[in-house]
Amino acid sequence: MNQPASAYFLEERHDPNETHTLSVLVQNEPGVLARVIGLFSGRGYNIDSLTVSETESHKHLSRITIVTTGTPTVIEQIKHQLDRMIPVYRVVDMTITGRSIERELAMVKVRGRGDSRVEALRLADAFRARVIDATTESFVFEITGNSSKISQFIDLMRPLGLVEVARTGVAAIGRGPEGM
Amino acid sequence: MTDKSNDPNQMTGAAMIVRALIDHGVQHIFGYPGGAVLPIYDEIFQQSDVEHILVRHEQGAGHAAEGYARSTGRPGVVLVTSGPGATNMVTPLTDALMDSIPLVCITGQVPTHLIGNDAFQECDTVGITRPCTKHNWLVRDVNDLAKVLHEAFYVATTGRPGPVVVDVPKDVQFAVGTYHPPRKSDVHVSYTPRVKGDAAQIRKAVALLAAAKRPVIYSGGGVINAGPEASKLLRELVDVTGFPITSTLMGLGAYPATGKNWLGMLGMHGTYEANMTMHGCDVMLCVGARFDDRITGRTDAFSPGSKKIHIDIDPSSINKNIHVDVPIIGDAGNVLGDLLQVFKAEAKKPDIKAWWQEIAKWRARNSLAYKKSNDVILPQYAIQKLFEATRGHDTYITTEVGQHQMWAAQFFGFEEPHRWMTSGGLGTMGYGLPAALGVQVAHPDSLVIDIAGDASVQMTMQEMSTAVQFELPIKIFILNNQYMGMVRQWQQLLHGNRLSHSYSEALPDFVKLADAFGCVGIQAIKPGDLDGALKEMIKVKRPVLFDCRVAALENCFPMIPSGKAHNEMLLPAEATDEATAAAFAGGKALV
Ligand SMILES: Cc1ncc(C[n+]2csc(CCOP(=O)(O)OP(=O)(O)O)c2C)c(N)n1
Ligand SMILES: [Mg+2]
Repeated sequence: MNQPASAYFLEERHDPNETHTLSVLVQNEPGVLARVIGLFSGRGYNIDSLTVSETESHKHLSRITIVTTGTPTVIEQIKHQLDRMIPVYRVVDMTITGRSIERELAMVKVRGRGDSRVEALRLADAFRARVIDATTESFVFEITGNSSKISQFIDLMRPLGLVEVARTGVAAIGRGPEGM
Repeated sequence: MTDKSNDPNQMTGAAMIVRALIDHGVQHIFGYPGGAVLPIYDEIFQQSDVEHILVRHEQGAGHAAEGYARSTGRPGVVLVTSGPGATNMVTPLTDALMDSIPLVCITGQVPTHLIGNDAFQECDTVGITRPCTKHNWLVRDVNDLAKVLHEAFYVATTGRPGPVVVDVPKDVQFAVGTYHPPRKSDVHVSYTPRVKGDAAQIRKAVALLAAAKRPVIYSGGGVINAGPEASKLLRELVDVTGFPITSTLMGLGAYPATGKNWLGMLGMHGTYEANMTMHGCDVMLCVGARFDDRITGRTDAFSPGSKKIHIDIDPSSINKNIHVDVPIIGDAGNVLGDLLQVFKAEAKKPDIKAWWQEIAKWRARNSLAYKKSNDVILPQYAIQKLFEATRGHDTYITTEVGQHQMWAAQFFGFEEPHRWMTSGGLGTMGYGLPAALGVQVAHPDSLVIDIAGDASVQMTMQEMSTAVQFELPIKIFILNNQYMGMVRQWQQLLHGNRLSHSYSEALPDFVKLADAFGCVGIQAIKPGDLDGALKEMIKVKRPVLFDCRVAALENCFPMIPSGKAHNEMLLPAEATDEATAAAFAGGKALV
C-alpha cells in the first residue's frame, strides 16, 4: 500500500498474460517494419516471434505475423496501436478468431557418429523432418509444424549433438475460404 | 523534353515545396535556414504568398507553429535544416504528438548519395522522429514529392491530429519533376480515420444519460481539436441535459468558465467539486479526453460507481487506462451532434436536483482559496488581477510549465475554445514564449500573453529577439518566485524538504534583459503595483517582459497526492504540515 514518493501511481496491475498471434497487413514501404518494431519496443510490448515478407508484390503488400504476450488490456492496446499506423491496412487477431493454422519452419544441424546418429535419424523420421544436408558426421534437418512441435524436436536433438538451429518464426493463416 | 519546358507543373523540388504550401493555404511558416534547405529558402525569397518567420532556435519554430495551430485550428508549418536543425525539432514534435496538434515539419537532408555516410550535418531524421510523429517520410524521388507533401497535410490534420515530418534531401530539392495539386489519391488507402459514431452505441449512451441520477460530463482537448462547432454542441448538450461539466487542462474553454454548470478543471490540481463529482457520479460522459494519469489519480479507485461513455476519434484511447462501458469512436463534433439529436428526440432532462445540492456542498469548501497579503503578491492574486485587466480584450493565453501553469488554469477564466495554449501531455518548459509568438502571428491585433515561470522562460528566452524583429507585441508575464516552484513543491511534499537544485540561482534582471532585447521591461513587487503595471503592459504595443515578483514559497493546491483517489484531495485550508505529511504517507515525512 505504501508506495515510494513519486508523482506517479506506481502500483502495477497483475492480470494474467495471454499469448496471441496477430496478422498485420501493411503497405510495403521503407521503414514500415521499423515502425512496427519501434511501436513494440517504445511501448514495452513483447515480441515472441515476428515474420515478415511481401505477399502481394503488385499491390506492395506485406504480411507481418507477430506472436505477442500480454494481459488482455495490453493485447487490445497493441492491436489498436498497430491499426492506427498510417501504412497498416488490417490487424487480425488469429488467436481470437480461433480458426487459424500456424506453422513455423526450422533447420536443425546435428553432429554425431554411431548410435546417436542413428537415433537422430530415427527421431527425424518420426517428426517428419527431412534431411536436406548430410556429411558422414552431420545432418541438417528441415522441419515444419507448430512452434511447440519444433521446440520439442530441438529438445530431443540436444543430447544427440545439436549444433545450431535457424527458425523462421510463426506464419499464420485462417481456415476456410475467406481471406483476412 | 521540349514540350515539358512549357509545362507549368515542371519545377524543382524546392519550388514544389513552396507551391504545395500555397496550395494548402499556408500563409506563415516558422523556420531556420541551413545548408540542406538553402534551395527552399531561395524559393521563399522569390515569392510573397508565404511569410517566413525566422526564429532563433528550431525548438522555438516548433512551439510557435504549435501555438499558431492551436489558436487557429489550421496546421502549423515548420522548415528546418538537416542534422541539428532536425534534432532541435524533436521536443516540439513530441509535444505536438502528445497534445494532438497538427504540424507539418519539412526538414532538409543531405543529398541521397551521401545518406548513410555520416555526411556533414547528416542524421537519421526519419529514424529519430519516427516515434515522435504521427507519420514521416523520406522523399528520394522528386516525382514523389507532391504526393507526399499533400499526404502530409492530410495526415496531420485529419483523424486525431498530430505532427508529421517530410525529409527532403538536397538533390531532390534541386531536381526537376512534375508537380500536381492536391487530389484524393494522394493519401494512403490504409489511412481511413473514422468520423461518424456508431448509431447503436450512441443510443446506448443516450439511454444511460437519460437515466442518470448523478451524471458528469468530462471533456478534453479533442473537443477543441474538433473545431468551434464541437464546442457549441458541447454547450448545447450541457444546456439540454442540465449536467455538470468539468474538463482537462487541454479542454479549457470548450465550455465557458462563467457557464453555470462549470465545475472547474479536474485532476491533480483540479477543483475539489470537479474531482468529487467525478468520484461520486453514476454516469460519466467523457468527450475527447484520454483518462491520463494526471486526471485519474489512483486508477483502481477512479470513479468506482459509474458507467462510463467515452467518445474519442482514436480507438487506442479506449480502455487504455480505464475500462469504459460504452465506447464511441468518432469525431467529437460529429458524435455530439448525433447524440444531441437522439437525446432531444427520445429523452428528457433528468431530474438531478439532489446531485446539484451535493455538488454545492463540495463547492462550498472553496478549494481554490488562498491567503491574501498586502505585502507580497500571491501568484494566484496576480493571475486574478491579470484576468481582470484583460477582460474586454481579445485575449489568448499561453503558459510554460510549473506552478504558474496550474494557477493560470485555475484562476484565468476561458470563455471560448482556442484561447488557451499549454503543454499538457509532455509538460515542456519553454513552450509558452514561442507558442505566444505563433499565436500573435496568427492574430496580430489580439492580446497574447505567456503566463511564465522564472525558470521555464529562460529555456526559450532567445525568441524575444524574434518578437522584436517581427514586431509581435507578446506579453511575457513571469510569475517570478525565484524557484522551480513545482519541483520545490514536490521536494517539500515527498523528499523531506531537501530542495535539491530547485532554487533559481543567479536569475537575470528581467527588466534589463528586456532592454537588451529591445523590448519593454516592467516590474511589479507589491500588490499595489499590479493594477498600474498591468495596464501599462496591455497598453504598450511592443513585446513586454513583465517581472512579477511573487511569494517565493507558495504551493499549488488543491492537490491529489500521488497514489491517492479523487476523494482524497488535499485542500489548501487543510494543508498544514502535519496533514500534508499524513496525506503523503509513504513518502518521506515533512519536517
Ligand atoms: C524541459 C523540462 N525540463 C524539466 C521539467 C521538470 N519541471 C517541471 S516544472 C519545473 C519547474 C518550473 O519552474 P518555473 O518555470 O519557475 O515555474 P514555477 O513552478 O516556479 O511556477 C521543472 C524543472 C520540465 N517540465 N520541462
Ligand atoms: Mg518559478
